[in-house]
Amino acid sequence: MQDWRYGTPDAPHHPAWNARHGTRRSGWRRWPSVCAAALLASCQQAGVLDPQGPIASQEQLLLINSTAIMLVVVVPVILATLGFAWWYRASNARASRSTDEGYEGRIEFVVWSIPALIVILLGGVIWIGAHQLDPRAPIPGKADPLRVEVVALDWKWLFIYPDLGIATVNQLVLPVGTPVNFRLTSATVMNSFFVPQLGSQIYTMGGMTTHLNLMADAPGEYPGFSAMFSGDGFSDMRFTAKAVPAGDFDSWVAQVRGTGSALDDAGYAELAKPSEAVPPKTYRSVEPNLFERIIDQTVSGSPLPDPPPHAGEGRVGAGAAWCPPIQQAGG
Amino acid sequence: MLGRLSWAAIPLDQPLPLYSMGVVGLVILAVLVLVTVKGWWPYLWREWITSVDHKRIGVMYVILGLVMLLRGYSDAIMMRTQQAIAIGDAQGYLPPDHYDQIFSAHGTIMIFFVAMPLVIGLMNFAVPLQLGVRDVAFPTLNSVSFWLTATGALLVNLSLVIGAFSRATWWGYPPLSEIAYSPDEGVDYYLWSLQISGIGTLLTGVNFVTTILKLRAPGMTYMRMPVFCWTALAANMLIVAAFPVLTATFVMLLLDRYLGMHFFTNDLGGNQMMYASLFWTWGHPEVYILILPCFGVFSEVAATFSGKGLFSYRSMVWATLGICILSFMVWLHHFFTMGAGADVNAIFGIMSAIIAVPTGAKVFNWLFTLFRGRIVFTTPVLYLIGFMVTFVIGGLTGVLLAVPPVNFELHNSAFLVAHFHNVIIGGVVYGALAGYNYWFPKAFGFTLDDRWGKASFWCWLIGFYLAFFPLYQLGLMGMTRRLQHIADPSWQPLLLVAEAGAIVIFLGILCQIAQLYVSIRTREERRDLTGDPWNGRTLEWATPSPPPAYNFAVLPRVETIDAFSNMKRRGQPPVEPSYEPIEMPRNSPIGIVNAFFATVVGFALIWHIWWIVILGLLAAAVGILAFGWSENREREVPASEIARRERARLGLGRPA
Repeated sequence: MQDWRYGTPDAPHHPAWNARHGTRRSGWRRWPSVCAAALLASCQQAGVLDPQGPIASQEQLLLINSTAIMLVVVVPVILATLGFAWWYRASNARASRSTDEGYEGRIEFVVWSIPALIVILLGGVIWIGAHQLDPRAPIPGKADPLRVEVVALDWKWLFIYPDLGIATVNQLVLPVGTPVNFRLTSATVMNSFFVPQLGSQIYTMGGMTTHLNLMADAPGEYPGFSAMFSGDGFSDMRFTAKAVPAGDFDSWVAQVRGTGSALDDAGYAELAKPSEAVPPKTYRSVEPNLFERIIDQTVSGSPLPDPPPHAGEGRVGAGAAWCPPIQQAGG
Repeated sequence: MLGRLSWAAIPLDQPLPLYSMGVVGLVILAVLVLVTVKGWWPYLWREWITSVDHKRIGVMYVILGLVMLLRGYSDAIMMRTQQAIAIGDAQGYLPPDHYDQIFSAHGTIMIFFVAMPLVIGLMNFAVPLQLGVRDVAFPTLNSVSFWLTATGALLVNLSLVIGAFSRATWWGYPPLSEIAYSPDEGVDYYLWSLQISGIGTLLTGVNFVTTILKLRAPGMTYMRMPVFCWTALAANMLIVAAFPVLTATFVMLLLDRYLGMHFFTNDLGGNQMMYASLFWTWGHPEVYILILPCFGVFSEVAATFSGKGLFSYRSMVWATLGICILSFMVWLHHFFTMGAGADVNAIFGIMSAIIAVPTGAKVFNWLFTLFRGRIVFTTPVLYLIGFMVTFVIGGLTGVLLAVPPVNFELHNSAFLVAHFHNVIIGGVVYGALAGYNYWFPKAFGFTLDDRWGKASFWCWLIGFYLAFFPLYQLGLMGMTRRLQHIADPSWQPLLLVAEAGAIVIFLGILCQIAQLYVSIRTREERRDLTGDPWNGRTLEWATPSPPPAYNFAVLPRVETIDAFSNMKRRGQPPVEPSYEPIEMPRNSPIGIVNAFFATVVGFALIWHIWWIVILGLLAAAVGILAFGWSENREREVPASEIARRERARLGLGRPA
């Protein structure tokens, strides 16, 4: 059975991992090729350079284009710095010297123009990019968008499918080719919802809603996590975004509806208690308007840890938490 | 009686902090015993602790920064080691509770107690000398500022021994830093130590803005000031404008934590986004507070060691002022991912990119300063070259992060961590170390060993690239920051490279220590008898090394930029031999006394020991009032003593 967490040593499902693992035995003499292989391999890994949806693809393109625009200036500057430093070293008898500052208005003009031109170009890129890739902007598509409500809890993710009446924890199943419209909030501290291969991240904040639109183009399992530190269980606050063909998605929904428990107030109160490295879970039904009630904080079950100590009770919290997090087996 | 303080606050059950406490305690004890046995206390008290001399205070700031660098570095190597081994199912050796304190402390210490003291120390030392004056505008206040900064550093380190430090990152974002999620004293240590040192920093800002605007040598118009003074002026104006914002933000968070208010809580109308906005309203200018004086150092180094004037002084000044103003208009780029609209994100993205224009112009100006120069490859020049190469890469990744859609993917990633270390190590640390090597002979009268200095430079350079370029890559691979353990084992090779880089940086720190040791041992051979070891261009080099307390026997008359260079070219003596008595401020214990009470009050506030808070505040007020009423605050250096000293100095055969 595959571990629910991505990329464990038992499950080297990615070819890049195998490739790198093989070359590591070949010794220090080949380390340059190992490094090159690592660089190449990492380009294919579950990061922003391996986009699997339109948002991530466009963002990757922006990343590469902006880098290229700037390298046009940065590379010559680096070469000129090293070149000038070497040529005008005090011991070089062939270099021509000057003792005054050698000021020339023409050079001055060029000095300001080059970065200004680059920034004007990039300013256009920024303006257009910020509008085209606004997280709120719906993604045009043939299918109606799938609505998903995301709640950050201590320390796991709750995904509510309001139109389908189901919910999941730490597992986000999406139909390929369907735009997904996320509404996000937090029942605890600030977190950031992020699936690098699908694109943009967005903060989740208590009492507030943020909006995000993403889409997966290809089936696959894409790691997702919180990109905003949120406390002790933060490192394990991961989930898998699983993009499946539309038919498989419908059968998955049917399967979820037939199994598991319902997410009612009591179930939510239990779920909201702090827990770490939580395995994926599904709920066959979910209380209507749970998301809105979490935002309004009118749902029962306090997500807060123990109430604050009274003055004079001495040190609370720090000593008690001094142990490694509880590891739960994946399932 | 003792508030929340009890024996449980001492982490007797935790071996790692206990050992580090023990080692640090032994080192401190050894230093104290040595000082006592050697009978150095009267000297230290008279010449350093109570000194109001800007040069001495500058040196103490730099010492504070370098000592705290060791603390910040040990946090860094612990984090790197944890991330290099806690992979897959392994949990490493640091549980989250401890790891979270370490990265929070690392950020807090490196920004507030390493970078700030180093930069403020260099400004303290060099600005009055470069302006051709005898001290800053408010010398005693300067001492108060320093000791308040030291108080902050002390309180942060006290959290190693008594209680715990914040686990809520160096930003202290609520609601994580609110009492509901961080009930213990950690966040209070963070807040109070930064509040106290922040007052010191603000007073420094006031002091230096006043000094630069109101105290300059006769003839030194604004456009004749050395570029370092311009950058110091810009940085201190930023301090005056930005630090009150930080203080006010922290006051609101403290009210939430201590009085149950709801400025930033999830509920009852609190707005956590407001904290982010206010924090970065300070936080973005803060990075320019750090980097601008380092730009100034590099400008001085480039001109001095190329043997020619700085290319386009005027545009350097305008670029500095441009950066100073623009730095207040970009703070939102720290939270593009908070869900602002496209227009807002686009405007702040473009403003952030625009900062690259004056910065880029500066880089070109340094480049053209090197052009047709006669470059002497001393340690500061190596830092200059290393800085120019490294910083443009950091600038590139910075502008990338200013593109909002790219930021949506790289915000809070290892790529971001690599970016800001790229500009802070490649800019601020290299700049501070260049300044340290450059002005050391002025401060102590002998040069630093160049071979060890260069070895240190190469370690810092190679170490930086090894430690942080893998992080760029890891960020692109989807690694976020502040992970206590790592799920993806394919990241391990790059994390091991980063660990190796951190070790190389440590070698750089060791080389610096060796450099200092070797230089002190061989100081007689490396005496700087001329006061001008680098053929300098600005007025600090017109004084003997080390300069007398009054800096200039007669205030120099300034006729051009690069005033000292001009004096040397014209062959006139740097000072005119008609001496008059000089009024100098007396030493004052008010700085350290005030800091003592600040420490007590800060500690009592952290632990809710209210009676000590009240007593401490009263005592501090009494101390300040007593100082305010004292009348005998100045002494006169008689003209005969100045004449005797100057004749002795000129008799050394100085080439006039």
